[in-house]
Amino acid sequence: MDGFGVTAAFWGLSALAVGSALGIMLARSLLHAVLWLILAFAGLAGLFVTLSADFVAVAQVLVYAGAVGVLVVFAIMLTPNSQTGNSETRMVGPGLFVASVVSGIMVYIATQTDWSTAARGDFPATALEIGTALTNRYLLPFEVASVLLIAAMVGAIVLVRAARDEPERRELAGEGEGEVNTAEAAGREVVAAGSHGGH
Amino acid sequence: MSVSLEHYLVVSAVLFGIGLWIALAKRNAIIILMGIELMLNAVNLTLVAFNRFVTLADGRPALAGHVFVIFVITVAAAEAAVALALAVSVYRTRSTVDIEQIDLLKR
Repeated sequence: MDGFGVTAAFWGLSALAVGSALGIMLARSLLHAVLWLILAFAGLAGLFVTLSADFVAVAQVLVYAGAVGVLVVFAIMLTPNSQTGNSETRMVGPGLFVASVVSGIMVYIATQTDWSTAARGDFPATALEIGTALTNRYLLPFEVASVLLIAAMVGAIVLVRAARDEPERRELAGEGEGEVNTAEAAGREVVAAGSHGGH
Repeated sequence: MSVSLEHYLVVSAVLFGIGLWIALAKRNAIIILMGIELMLNAVNLTLVAFNRFVTLADGRPALAGHVFVIFVITVAAAEAAVALALAVSVYRTRSTVDIEQIDLLKR
């Protein structure tokens, strides 16, 4: 039914994706784990191509392998806590058990169910159809997604900015100059006392 | 031998399991986020596979799976941005992203 190329591509890309995913688990360095993640994303993009999802594959490479990969690298660079490395908690055994059970159930369902699959045609181009669908039938979700992206962008900026102001304010309060700063310092002490009392 | 829907579903289930293992067992919050991204990607693979192997009743190729995956990618990117900003924010106040040391609510 399928050509040899499609079959070989499926097995090769599947091995790449699963092996890279295991590489995230086994890598000792955080940065190596990110590189394995990007490789897994690339393998999944290849699997999307074998499923005739050209637009999704390009979006996968752009958004996941590109943007999310760079974002994770930045986050790891900004949190330089290499003492623990890519270590596990004591949940590694139970986690493996739970993941195996969940994965096994899904494999069982996938192999036992009689999927009424139709014969596949050729590889159709999907980008034009997706664009048409996004601007007609799925217009409302499309607009909601844009609002979500704006909210996420503003939220990320606010989160990181608020944290960045902290040390500067503390330094100013420590000097004890200005009414606002001393008032803030007093408020901070009250908050600190409250949090210490809860211990 | 040809590649069937079950092959893709099994690969997706294995990837989901590995992502779940990473999310459950890792110590670094950013690596846990990577596991969650991997799980989202496994689900995306399932959606695209179903979209490829299931055609509509009138014979046209289905498209809802692709559109759904586009939205999942959008939401996952937004989630990654906010979660990584949270991780950086936590690091700046607690000087760690080790989830075993971020236990303020337990004390």
